[in-house]
Amino acid sequence: MEDRMSIIVFSGTVDKLMAVSILATGGAAMGLEVELFLTTWGLEAFRKDNYKTNTKVSSDFEEYGPVMMEQMMAKKVPSWMENLTGAKEVGDVKIYACSMTMELFDMKLSDLEPIVDEVTGVATFVERAKEGKITLFI
Amino acid sequence: MPELKEITIDKEIDARGSFCPGPLMELIRGMKALPVGGVLAVLSSDPGSAKDIPAWIQKAKHDYLGAFPEQGYTRFIARKAH
Repeated sequence: MEDRMSIIVFSGTVDKLMAVSILATGGAAMGLEVELFLTTWGLEAFRKDNYKTNTKVSSDFEEYGPVMMEQMMAKKVPSWMENLTGAKEVGDVKIYACSMTMELFDMKLSDLEPIVDEVTGVATFVERAKEGKITLFI
Repeated sequence: MPELKEITIDKEIDARGSFCPGPLMELIRGMKALPVGGVLAVLSSDPGSAKDIPAWIQKAKHDYLGAFPEQGYTRFIARKAH
């Protein structure tokens, strides 16, 4: 088993991306290899500049969305994108874009935030995740 | 564990008001920038730091010199071992 944390990032809402970014940071800090596989709404969230205007939260907690965003601003909580940038600085974090979603949404790697490393297929992700110790679907 | 007054701190980072895992990240960055043998202090008001910071120091194999509580925050001190 490798010291690896693999996260399938399916959701594109700020609350869940925040969880992804903090878990990735913790993994990177503790010396794990961290791999994110961005798919569907999770990939859409990494389209260039999208994170700057994304204020969506999970629909079950929609009513808390504005308060949460307000609190995050007031308390100067770093954005999930800042967290991921920090995680990459301190550790081994790779961010992969799902090739199927890329085709579905007519995206090129150049349409995504530069923090995304490369485009891969699901088989590559699964092959690497199966050797790891932690796999999460968020 | 040594007493606070026995420790010579080379660099102190104020991470008060920063949220988990902010103070830990400040510590990691600070350690990178410090020469081997250097002593780093991080001030944190995040309750997660009490467990997170010693766990990281142990994992990264540096020397943990202790956590010293102050009013509303804690000063965590470590020496860069390698």
